[in-house]
Amino acid sequence: MSIFINKDTKVIVQGITGSVGLFHTKQMLEYGTKIVGGVTPGKGGTEVEGLPVFNTVVDAVKETGANASVIYVPPAFAAEAIIEAVDAELDLAICITEGIPVMDMVKVKRYMEGKKTRLVGPNCPGVITPEECKIGIMPGYIHTKGHVGVVSRSGTLTYEAVHQLSERGIGQSTAVGIGGDPVNGTDFIDVLKAFNEDPDTYAVIMIGEIGGTAEEEAAEWVKANMTKPVVGFIGGQTAPPGKRMGHAGAIISGGKGTADEKIKTMKQCGIKVAATPSEMGETLVVALKENDLYDRCVTHKAKA
Amino acid sequence: MNIHEYQGKEILRKYGVAVPKGKVAFTVEEAVEAAKELGSTVSVVKAQIHAGGRGKAGGVKVAKNLDEVRTYANEILGKVLVTHQTGPEGKEVKRLLIEEGCDIKKEYYIGLVLDRATSSVVMMGSEEGGTEIEEVAEKTPEKIFKEVIDPAIGLQAFQARRLAYNINIPTELVGKAVKFMLGLYTAFVEKDCSIAEINPLVVTGDGNVMALDAKMNFDSNALYRHNDILEYRDLEEEDPKEIEASKYDLSYISLDGNIGCMVNGAGLAMATMDIIKHYGGDPANFLDVGGGATTEKVTEAFKIILSDKNVKGIFVNIFGGIMKCDIIANGVVEATKQVGLELPLVVRLEGTNVDLGKKILKESGLNITAADSMADGAEKIVALVK
Repeated sequence: MSIFINKDTKVIVQGITGSVGLFHTKQMLEYGTKIVGGVTPGKGGTEVEGLPVFNTVVDAVKETGANASVIYVPPAFAAEAIIEAVDAELDLAICITEGIPVMDMVKVKRYMEGKKTRLVGPNCPGVITPEECKIGIMPGYIHTKGHVGVVSRSGTLTYEAVHQLSERGIGQSTAVGIGGDPVNGTDFIDVLKAFNEDPDTYAVIMIGEIGGTAEEEAAEWVKANMTKPVVGFIGGQTAPPGKRMGHAGAIISGGKGTADEKIKTMKQCGIKVAATPSEMGETLVVALKENDLYDRCVTHKAKA
Repeated sequence: MNIHEYQGKEILRKYGVAVPKGKVAFTVEEAVEAAKELGSTVSVVKAQIHAGGRGKAGGVKVAKNLDEVRTYANEILGKVLVTHQTGPEGKEVKRLLIEEGCDIKKEYYIGLVLDRATSSVVMMGSEEGGTEIEEVAEKTPEKIFKEVIDPAIGLQAFQARRLAYNINIPTELVGKAVKFMLGLYTAFVEKDCSIAEINPLVVTGDGNVMALDAKMNFDSNALYRHNDILEYRDLEEEDPKEIEASKYDLSYISLDGNIGCMVNGAGLAMATMDIIKHYGGDPANFLDVGGGATTEKVTEAFKIILSDKNVKGIFVNIFGGIMKCDIIANGVVEATKQVGLELPLVVRLEGTNVDLGKKILKESGLNITAADSMADGAEKIVALVK
C-alpha cells in the first residue's frame, strides 16, 4: 500500500511539449510511471514520446482513462491549468510549477471547495511511491520501497531525508512534497491523515520550514490523532526575519513562523525533532527503535 | 517587492482611497518648491526609505513655514536613519515626501494580508493606530478585528461597515471609512499586493478619513503583469549583490557571516545555513541556484558570492534532482577559471549525475575539499575558515 499514487495510477502531463515537461515525462516513463498522454493546447493530435497529446484535459481523460495529472505549465498559466484538471474531475493534480502569483492560488483554492480533486503543490517536487509510480521531478534512484512516509515543504530537503533513509536500509511507502508556497492544495495534516490510515506506513518524517503555522497545527493534530511515530525537522533556524528565503512561504513576519516556535510545539506534541538536517535519518531510527518498529522498517541492506 | 510611501499613496489615490496632498522631492530646493505648491499652513517632511520606524529615528518632521521645510529637508536628506527595520548600518535618505499637514482627531490601523490558515485575504482593523500592530496583537488582542474576504465576491460593504463600527470610527464617518476600505481592497487584489498596511488611518478635524502612511508590498511572482509597479522599484534600496543575483534569476540574500553558500533548493539552502551555524560557523548568504541552473548561472552565482569581501570560504551543497551535479561542477570550475580561487572551497555533491560531477571536480586540478554529507561539509568549511 501507499498513499495518493500507486502502480495503477494513470497520469497525464499538462505542458508535456515544454522543455521541462518533456524532460520529466521521459524521466517518469523511465521510472515506470504509467503516463498515458499529455495536454498542450494547440498540439492536440500530435505525439510525444509515443504518447498522444490532447488540446484539453477533458479530451485526454476521455481517451486515456487518466485519473491523475502532473502540471509543468509556466507560472502565468498554471493556476488555470489546475482549474482545468479539477474541472475534468481527476482524482489528483500535482502542480510542479514554481512562481504562481498567490492571488491566483487564492482563487484556485476557492474554486476547489467541494470538488473531488486533490491538489498537491504548487511549487513542489511531486509525489513518489517507490518502485511503483513517480510523479514529479525528484531523482527516482534515491528512493527505496518500504514503510516510512515522508512529507515536506521543501524539495531538496525531501531528497536529503529520503537519501538518509535509503542509506540506512529504510525504505519509504510514499514521499509527498507539499510545496513551498503560502497557499497550497494539500497540507501536512492531509498527508499525515493519509499516512495514519495507510497500513503499510509505520512511521513518518515531516519536514517543515519557517513561515506560517502549518507545522504547529500539524503537530497538534499528531498529538490528538496519530497512532504512528512522527519525527521532524524545521529548516530556517538561522534565517533573519522579514527576508523571504527563496520559497514564497518561507518568511518570518510579525514575529510569527519562527523555527524555534515550531520546534517547541512539535516537541510538546511528542514529535522528535532532528537538530540538524544531517540527523533526520538517525532521529527516525531512534524513534523506530523506541517503538519496536526498527526491524520491520529495515527493508534493504544498509550501505556501508 | 517594496515601494516607497509616496508611491503607495499614488496607487491608493487612483483607487479612490483618500490620502493627504503631497509631492516627492529629491533635493532641498524641490522640497521647498513642493511645500510652496501645496500651500498648506503646516507641512510634513517625511524621509522615504524602505523601512518602518522612521518617525522615532528622526525621519519625520512637522514644518510650520517654508524656512522650517528647508531646515528639515536639509537635515533629513543624506542622513542615515537607523530604525528597528534597517539593521544597525541604517539607510541613507535620498528622497523626501512633502505633505500637507492635517488636523488629526484620532489614529486607527487598517491592514490587508494573506491569511494562510483560510487561504484568503483578511482585512484587519484596530483603534490602536500609530503603534506596531504586532505589539497590539500581543498586548491587547481583543482590540484587533478581522474580516475574512471571500475571493469569489470580494470585500463586501457590510464587512467594511462592521469593521468600521468595531474599531469605533465616528458614526458620521463610517460611510467614508467603508469607501476607503473598499478602495484599499481593490488596490490590493488588482495590484497583487502581499501586504497593504495603513498605519495610521486618521480621522481629521474637517471630517475626512485618510491614509497618513502607506506600506505596500507586492508579490514578486506577479510582477510580470504589473509594469507600473515594476517602475516603482528603487534599486538604491536593495543590496547590490541581491540585484545582480536577481538578473540571473538566482535567489540570493546577503547575511553577516563569512562562509559563502551555494545550494540548490530553498529548503536545503536554509538548512545549510542552519548546519553551518550548528558547527560554529556563520553563513554569509542564502543562495538557491534553483532547479534549472545552467553553467553560466552557476558561474554568476559563484562570482556574486566572491564579491562579498567578508567571505573567507565557500560551501557548495548540492542534492541534484532536476539540477544535475555535472552542471554544478562545470560552473564551479568555470567560475574559478574566470575569477580565481584563493579561498577554501568545500563541495558536497549528491543526486543526479553525481559521479560525473565528482569526476569533473577531481580532474580540474582545483584545490577543492570534497565532503561526503552536508554535516561533513559544514564541519570542514567551518574548520577551514577559522
